[in-house]
Amino acid sequence: MPVPQMNEDRPTIAGDFEKPETGGVIAGTSLWRAAWRRLLKNRLAVFGMIVVAIITVASLFGPFVIKKLTGITPDFIPSDVTLLRSIPPLTAPDGSFSWTHPMGTDNQGRDVLARVLQGGQISLMVGIIATLVSLLIGVSYGATAGYLGGRIDNLMMRAVDVLYSLPYIIIVIVLLAVFKSQTARGQVVLLFIALGSVSWLTMARIVRGQVLSLKNQEFVLAARATGVSTPRIIFRHIVPNTLGPVIVYATLTIPTVMLTEAFLSFLGFGVQPPLASWGSLATDGIQNIGIFPWQLVFPGVTMALTLFSLNFLGDGLRDALDPQGSRR
Amino acid sequence: MSSSNGNLLEVRNLRTYFDTEDGEVKAVDGISFQLKRGETLGIVGESGSGKSVTNLSIIRLIPNPPGRVVSGRVMFDGIDILSLKEGEVRKIRGRRIAMIFQDPMTSLNPFMKISRQMMEVTELHLGHTRARAYEHAIKMLETVGIPDARARVDNYPHEFSGGMRQRVMIAMALSCEPELLIADEPTTALDVTIQAQILELIKKLKQVTGTSVILITHDLGVVAGMTDHLIVMYAGKVFEQASTSELFAQPGNPYTKGLLRSVPDPLKEQGELYQIPGLPPDVAHLPPGCPFAPRCQRAEEICQREFPPFVQLNPEHFSLCHFAREVYEESEGAVPARNGHV
Repeated sequence: MPVPQMNEDRPTIAGDFEKPETGGVIAGTSLWRAAWRRLLKNRLAVFGMIVVAIITVASLFGPFVIKKLTGITPDFIPSDVTLLRSIPPLTAPDGSFSWTHPMGTDNQGRDVLARVLQGGQISLMVGIIATLVSLLIGVSYGATAGYLGGRIDNLMMRAVDVLYSLPYIIIVIVLLAVFKSQTARGQVVLLFIALGSVSWLTMARIVRGQVLSLKNQEFVLAARATGVSTPRIIFRHIVPNTLGPVIVYATLTIPTVMLTEAFLSFLGFGVQPPLASWGSLATDGIQNIGIFPWQLVFPGVTMALTLFSLNFLGDGLRDALDPQGSRR
Repeated sequence: MSSSNGNLLEVRNLRTYFDTEDGEVKAVDGISFQLKRGETLGIVGESGSGKSVTNLSIIRLIPNPPGRVVSGRVMFDGIDILSLKEGEVRKIRGRRIAMIFQDPMTSLNPFMKISRQMMEVTELHLGHTRARAYEHAIKMLETVGIPDARARVDNYPHEFSGGMRQRVMIAMALSCEPELLIADEPTTALDVTIQAQILELIKKLKQVTGTSVILITHDLGVVAGMTDHLIVMYAGKVFEQASTSELFAQPGNPYTKGLLRSVPDPLKEQGELYQIPGLPPDVAHLPPGCPFAPRCQRAEEICQREFPPFVQLNPEHFSLCHFAREVYEESEGAVPARNGHV
């Protein structure tokens, strides 16, 4: 992998003092820009990025578009009793070809495409919110523990160990059971909280490990020697240096959390109808897998595709942000 | 004790110990020196002799644990640094005492633009606004001889060569016009041509700003032309302390003599280069006598047994040796050595 700035540096070493006027052609190449360039060279990662982008955009705007085009909302149940049945994809109720339901309908006659897209909203949101929580809490917690070290570090990380040792699924179930919400939306919020509250533990450990190795680097000593305060050193000097692994781990957290959500929905603790997530759609679909396979196939495939893409993207990011590793 | 006698910095009987698995390591063991305003002090010694620890102790940057300043006083312009609160020391660091480190490749934050790193110091200490700090950063880069500073100030450290980065470090260190600049082996990681440029730059800026400098190095060639006074450290102790010219001309310590002898002289066909036999001692397990005794050619039985006295040879010349006076008289009229590594 070419590292152009190496070559640019060479001549300046020799003729440092009487360097001729260069006219400032050397624009600032941040490490980010270099990483971005490397990422774009990775086909799988680009594929992943495109798929994730398409699915995200489709989930965000798809339901509105469908409503505009056909008047169907994700929770629209036809009033006509003869339509309260599962119609195969691309078929009209009378069996002829039709674009009205490209993915068919479910047992109540709801449009599967609209529900998959709406499920995407919730699934992605669960993943993103849990990841944001893990970024906010996990990074600051881990960085603080790692930088302060000693007894404080010990205390903070033992707390993480305790939380770790509790089976998270039980925490989530207890949370959902104790704060039982009557509305489907309340249930989703509880799910966010529950998943977010356990998702930051690994992040805290990763960041702490990074900080432990970073805090003894000379630039931290140099910052301290210029009188920079401790919080500023942690968050302005050290945390940005941990962002490589943090971004990679965050990207890989999204699919993990989405899977967990699907699992919880599968158990019946997750998203309740009329709201949908890919997990809850799959749960509904699996009951009719023999007769109406499209009810399972479409949410299942969409979810699998998203998870694959996010993993490809995460791997690509890891390679891009850690050029030494990829050159091996 | 105060700045009335013209001393900017007075270190008295400083002891910094580290608690390790090997037991207590006396990294710095009873060091005293003074530095007048505008003067340059060189601290010379082998790796592990306590040079850096001495200076980190001065601005209270010893990692604790495992390190701790056991005793001593550091008076900076009449302020007892060791008894200050952390927040007060922070106001001195970077503002009145600045530091430059050995490896310019690692002492700049790779994720921050040069401009941000330089602005941070002046925003913090001089209360500069962003715009003002930015202009100041450019001005400082120009001062240290970065060509086309305005275009390069927004570069990242990896876009600078080693010598340029050290210039940036110097620019950053001097941007608040500190009274004391501590340069911890500022040229060790650079190649020889750049070394000369950086030293020349420090010297020039020192003349312009009147900053006092402590120059830590293991390179006798570096201190020769740069410093007014020299301290030779070995195993956490001051072995010899004198004005630079006197120390080069008439060393009063066998260790200093060994150092000077091991400097190559490019003008002479020397054959094999002299080296002091043996290795620096394990500071955790020092013998009861002189720490240099096992390697010393003139060591006698007393050296193994008794710790040597700190002998005053003349008003400004001290040597830690049982035979300081004899060595001092022997070396009278000897040819001084020039540049090279310890």
